[in-house]
Amino acid sequence: MSTDNPADDARLSPASVDEPTFQNGRADGAADEDAPPVPNSKSSPSAVQPKVEIEDLDFWYDNGDTHALQGISMDIAPHQVTALIGPSGCGKSTLLRCVNRMNELIENTVLEGGIHVDGQDIYAEDTDPVMVRRRVGMVFQEPNPFPKTIYKNVAWGAEVNGYTGDMDALVERSLRQAALWDEVKDQLHSSAYNLSGGQQQRLCIARTLAVHPDVVLMDEPASALDPIATSKVEETITELKQDYTIVIVTHNMQQASRISDETAFLYMGRLVEMNPTDELFTRPEKDRTEAYVTGRFG
Amino acid sequence: MESSNGTFNLRRKRRKRLGMILAGVLFLATIFGVVVLVTLLVDVITTGISWLDGSFLTRFPSRNPEEAGIKSALVGSLWLMGLTALISVPLGVASAVYLEEYAKDGWFLRFIQINIANLAGVPSVVYGMLGLALFVRFAGFENSLLAGALTLSLLILPIIIISTQEALRGIPSGLRESAYALGATRWQVIRSHVLPMAAPGIFTGVILASSRAIGETAPLILVGALTFIPFLPRGAMDQFTALPIQIFNWTARPQDEFRSLAAAAIIVLMILLFTMNLSAILLRNYFEDRRAGA
Ligand SMILES: Nc1ncnc2c1ncn2[C@@H]1O[C@H](COP(=O)(O)OP(=O)(O)OP(=O)(O)O)[C@@H](O)[C@H]1O
Ligand SMILES: [Mg+2]
Repeated sequence: MSTDNPADDARLSPASVDEPTFQNGRADGAADEDAPPVPNSKSSPSAVQPKVEIEDLDFWYDNGDTHALQGISMDIAPHQVTALIGPSGCGKSTLLRCVNRMNELIENTVLEGGIHVDGQDIYAEDTDPVMVRRRVGMVFQEPNPFPKTIYKNVAWGAEVNGYTGDMDALVERSLRQAALWDEVKDQLHSSAYNLSGGQQQRLCIARTLAVHPDVVLMDEPASALDPIATSKVEETITELKQDYTIVIVTHNMQQASRISDETAFLYMGRLVEMNPTDELFTRPEKDRTEAYVTGRFG
Repeated sequence: MESSNGTFNLRRKRRKRLGMILAGVLFLATIFGVVVLVTLLVDVITTGISWLDGSFLTRFPSRNPEEAGIKSALVGSLWLMGLTALISVPLGVASAVYLEEYAKDGWFLRFIQINIANLAGVPSVVYGMLGLALFVRFAGFENSLLAGALTLSLLILPIIIISTQEALRGIPSGLRESAYALGATRWQVIRSHVLPMAAPGIFTGVILASSRAIGETAPLILVGALTFIPFLPRGAMDQFTALPIQIFNWTARPQDEFRSLAAAAIIVLMILLFTMNLSAILLRNYFEDRRAGA
């Protein structure tokens, strides 16, 4: 039950934010170069070790009755923003939630295939889902701050992960990264519920950043926000790229093309196409992608 | 069948009349309950109030109505309630947390769930019989406070479990998920978010269950609560009596004075119940303020 893992404490120092490592993670990042290529539309331009490798992933809900993901394979490059697009119900959220094992919290689900983060199999027998989620953070569609103060919202995740550094500094830095600091610095100890929806969503981003994840998954983080709040969140995302790898689900094509480097198009549980964003939007490989991005169906 | 571009027959007057008739019927139903309750209260209070003074609370029962009081019954009831809460709250809350947060969905869970729901509806006499066999005889606690409290605990355990489960279910799943997504363990999520958020619901359930326990008579009679006790219990293993028992005993006597004494004791019991329900409301408001993060 306890997360008081000393090995983990050590890594939770503020300095580790730029060079995060997985527990049991492989040190030699290059050793996987000659791994068999994954048979799907691959597009990583360089030979960088992907941050997240999804291999032939299948996922079912309801004890196998709903086949939500079918044979998904994709590589997600580090320090990039990858957008997942596709019509409602195509499996974007499901795919996202597989990457930090959130789907395990839903009963009667089945997963086949593998996901590696930094080369480590996150579904391996001896991988602790709690550790996976600390490395792969998630921001949800609805802003859902804890019913606590702004400060506590940011500090809680670090606290339960045994953070020993200067908590005030961590809270400030996380709020700054989420572009929220200036708006809330005088009311850190008042309820997070007093914030506007857009501020709450940025607070949720700050809360996620405070535990120093490597990868940040965002499920339509701006869908409940007005244009101004949306553009703030988008700015935030673009800046976070330097320190984090970001995967974002969005229904908004403009948003995808504004902020993402690569885009993956999902349709009925399958990956149709994954390419650099400008290519996918201007010269889609598949007819179906073209139909979707030009708004002819969706 | 009208075509799709048919006209509407609004019948406004008729609908309005029906609405007003219904409102009247509902009002009468409410008034009926209130009138009966007020009659009962007025009757009890007019009969009992003149017997109710400070010394009524501090005298032991007696054959002589002028000298009789409810000291041992009141203290016995408080003891019972304290012990019962001590036993049933941790057990009930722990069971509910297990069933809601840990147990895997399946036939076994559903089986347990159905049984708990059924147990909440079992008549209290049956619990009395169980308590008699299990705690008084088998465990050898005899007719002690402990045996009584254990029996009452069994009685209210299902209520506490069910109300706690309701409270846990009421917590938005998004909150749970976002806590897990930060790399928290199940226990950390439960401790920091689930239990504090469910606390108002849990407290309300516990207090309502306790007020059911404090008014119970039948199971206590079965486990052998005494009707005449001229001393105070000094520990959980002592013999005891309780307010409902004392009331029952007095109402069964032929003399009018004793019936007035019973009325006076009922007033005390009602004040106790009222205080408990009030504190349930206050506690819930307090926690709801905190839940808002203030
Ligand atoms: N908890 C669940 N239980 C059962 N089926 C589910 C569950 N969540 C999703 N599904 C099903 O899985 C499929 C994919 O759902 P998912 O939520 O991943 O879609 P999505 O692409 O995120 O859609 P949207 O854009 O509307 O959010 C859908 O058919 C949906 O009905
Ligand atoms: Mg979704």
